[in-house]
Amino acid sequence: MSELNQYCTFTLDGLHFGVEVRHVQEVVRYQEMTRVPLAPTEVRGLINLRGQIVTAVDLRRRMGLPDRAADRNPMNVVLRRDDGATSLLVDAIGDVIEVDEGAFERPPETLQGTAREMLRGAYKLRDRLLLVLDTEKVLALTP
Amino acid sequence: MTEPDPIVKEFLVESYENLDQLDRDFVALEQNPQDPARLGSVFRTIHTVKGTCGFFGFGKLESVAHVGENLLCRVRDGEIVLNPEITTALLALVDVIRGILARIESTGEEGDGDYSDLIATLTRLASGPVTPPTPQPSPTPAHADPALEVATAEAIPPQTDPAEESTATDPDPTQIPNKPPAKSARKRAPKKPKLATPESTEADPLRAPTRPARKRAPKKPTIAASESAALPSPPLSAPKAPAECLVPAPKTPPPPDALSAPKGPATADGPPAAALADSNVRVDVGLLDKLMNLVGELVLARNQILQYAPGHKDAGLLRTSQRLNLITSELQEGVMKTRMQPIGTIWNRFPRVVRDLASMCGKQIRVEMDGQDTELDRTIIEAIKDPLTHVVRNSVDHGIETPAVRVAAGKPAEGRLHLRAFHEGGQVNIEISDDGGGVRPDKVRAKALSRGLIEPDRAERMTDKELTQLIFLPGFSTAETVSNISGRGVGMDVVKTNIEKIGGTVDLTSQVGIGTTLKIKIPLTLAIVPALIVTCGGDRYAIPQSSLLELVRLDGDQARGRVESFQGAPVYRLRGNLLPLVSLGELLRVDTQPHEGVVTLVVLRADDRQFGLIVDGIHDTEEIVVKPLGKLLQHLSMFAGSTIMGDGRVALILDVLGVAQQAGVAVTQSRPATNVATTKDDHADRQTMLLVGLGSERRLAIPLDRVARLEVIPAAEVEWADGQEVFRYRGEILPLLRVHDLLGGVGEPPPHADVLQVIVVAEGGHLAALVVGRILDAVETTLVVSRGSRRSGLIGSTVIQDRVTDVVDVPALLELADPIGV
Repeated sequence: MSELNQYCTFTLDGLHFGVEVRHVQEVVRYQEMTRVPLAPTEVRGLINLRGQIVTAVDLRRRMGLPDRAADRNPMNVVLRRDDGATSLLVDAIGDVIEVDEGAFERPPETLQGTAREMLRGAYKLRDRLLLVLDTEKVLALTP
Repeated sequence: MTEPDPIVKEFLVESYENLDQLDRDFVALEQNPQDPARLGSVFRTIHTVKGTCGFFGFGKLESVAHVGENLLCRVRDGEIVLNPEITTALLALVDVIRGILARIESTGEEGDGDYSDLIATLTRLASGPVTPPTPQPSPTPAHADPALEVATAEAIPPQTDPAEESTATDPDPTQIPNKPPAKSARKRAPKKPKLATPESTEADPLRAPTRPARKRAPKKPTIAASESAALPSPPLSAPKAPAECLVPAPKTPPPPDALSAPKGPATADGPPAAALADSNVRVDVGLLDKLMNLVGELVLARNQILQYAPGHKDAGLLRTSQRLNLITSELQEGVMKTRMQPIGTIWNRFPRVVRDLASMCGKQIRVEMDGQDTELDRTIIEAIKDPLTHVVRNSVDHGIETPAVRVAAGKPAEGRLHLRAFHEGGQVNIEISDDGGGVRPDKVRAKALSRGLIEPDRAERMTDKELTQLIFLPGFSTAETVSNISGRGVGMDVVKTNIEKIGGTVDLTSQVGIGTTLKIKIPLTLAIVPALIVTCGGDRYAIPQSSLLELVRLDGDQARGRVESFQGAPVYRLRGNLLPLVSLGELLRVDTQPHEGVVTLVVLRADDRQFGLIVDGIHDTEEIVVKPLGKLLQHLSMFAGSTIMGDGRVALILDVLGVAQQAGVAVTQSRPATNVATTKDDHADRQTMLLVGLGSERRLAIPLDRVARLEVIPAAEVEWADGQEVFRYRGEILPLLRVHDLLGGVGEPPPHADVLQVIVVAEGGHLAALVVGRILDAVETTLVVSRGSRRSGLIGSTVIQDRVTDVVDVPALLELADPIGV
């Protein structure tokens, strides 16, 4: 029951994001990637995760944020999916936190664009907002 | 009875397997209707299905199985001889059972299908020939009902309720609804004395219940239905007298003539099932795939350790890494084997398929199989299932003739369909041959013309073999009438495409009146393929070897001079043919890093077309493990998947067909004229020769790359100029050389005809026309000249297609005709 309210958190361009823990297979440090020509720009490449080939999606590009500095390696949040695993490239990994269901709010009407589509809402934490990603939408890349 | 899902699932899996076995058994039984072992096995299978569904409370399924069991019981006892009608009814029963099982699988319910017709048929057949007086009085309802009631009565025993047991044991409940009182009286009458009479051969009085049954069967065939209904009772008494029953039980099955219906199967099923369970384990395919992945990973780790270990002086580490190497290899092999399935798993369906089709078309066909145990990776098995079925259906429908036609042609009335599989050179070969009418080239030509698949002038010049290959064109179907079996216009082209998709090849040979053979070659496994690793823009890409023809490296001057421009499109002259070139870097939109002054070409074949792929460099050939691309990338048609290289990094696998399409190479259009004689694979050490006949006996081979065109000209168009036969050809005057005369005229000359078959050859920028008898074929051969030339104009002689063939030296021949130069 409590797992439903647990979120794996990470940061992206100074923002605090979270995905439900049950969707996360694992978190791994930066892995060398093989680029995939002709793929959507959000797809940064393929990584070898212990014999499993995982597509890495750059969450910054996906959210329409500026690219991270070239000297900073992203971290992988590997999401478990029916058809294999997909990795989200993020800036830094935070803690797994438990949230209070009552602190949830839908995104404000004033939030527009791609970001709105991919956010389910936010939890009001004590000192900041935890933006909750809709993983289905994030991975629904249209070629 | 509410059972947890896994048990029902197991029942379904087991039943499906049993049903497949039934299909085979029935077809085999038609050949040998008296085979007691098979009859016993069929009976047991149906009985098991019936018994198990009784246990799960699938009443409808049980009732259907039950009537089948009744019929089989009598067949097994030799009271009724299996005939096609009975077999058909029993096969229909198998289908119905399969249908119900499918419904149970999807919905958990039996569905509300009405099977009373089938039940009636089976019941009628069961009451068969021995009961001439009974059939008249409304057979259908009268017989169907008892069967159903009997079934319910039987459904009870497995619940092992003592009260119900006793009612089941009592013969009355089943007999009363069954037949008029007079009959049941008659039935009971003989039973009682039997029960009382102790038989000398079998001293154990406890077996009494079985004995009367066995005795009764031959005497009173009319009561088959109620008999087997009563029969479940003996085993049921087991709990009551366990010790005694256990002893006789195993004894009962051996005598195949013995009735003891439920007892036989019930007990006989025990020991074999146990034996099977001892030596076999059912494993989920997903688990095998996972194991395969893990082993792949282990192999990579092993490779890394092997690279790392020699750098250390530690003998222990070296030893251990060697050992790790061996064990890993063996483990990999073992896991690969677990994914292998014998091709028999698909073939086993064919006797049934063929039987049904054959009887539908009024043909007699025998199926023969060799090498059913040839093993293939399960992914391949899956991929070839439909193509093979299609080919078999085609053979039955179009290949093998009706008995009347066959007899008229001096062949046995029964056609023969032969399936053969064997391993050869790391590939699996499958041959499907029939002894039917063969593919008639003239019919193929006519059909191809009427469908507009080929140009008329091209059709005229095609050899029989080429014509035969036309059946692989999309939209081709030679059947005179479109039947519901095959001939829907989708056919051999789909077979070909599907086989080629998995890296296989299809070849068809046919002789009119004698038969057709289709040869399929496929790789052993899809999961691991040999591939060439190339580099482009700093990344590595794998190209499956199956589409690789050759590698060409052009240095310095060659690189500059040999790559020409065809209206802006780069081409390369590969042994006289223009090979379109495609840059991988441009296709992938990556920056290439080629070596200075070097052009590296990978010559590939896609969809019968060749093209050269320009890459930065060639890395190596490797066996790679193919892994599918994730959902986000599956739309990229240029990639077939990905793989992990020895250093642990990922490389993409190029889909050669996709690359060709992207580059615009593989678009369907007629072939260029220079290749009219067929484009065969241009392997490095092989040469394509055009075979021509001179007169009736002599054969010549002309290197195909010398041949510009094949033409047929009217003899009247031949003119004379400067003491030389010439004819006008595209605004030029071509010297006409009669090859027969030039080569000294051994044998009879080609007959004088109204038209001349000429071969336009190109030499030194000039064209000349060679007059030959006829075009025979174009063959790809490794040219081994076995006899030196004694006559000018020839390179020598060689053996092609088992015939001695002179190989023409085109320049020398032309010089012979005109020493000054053509």
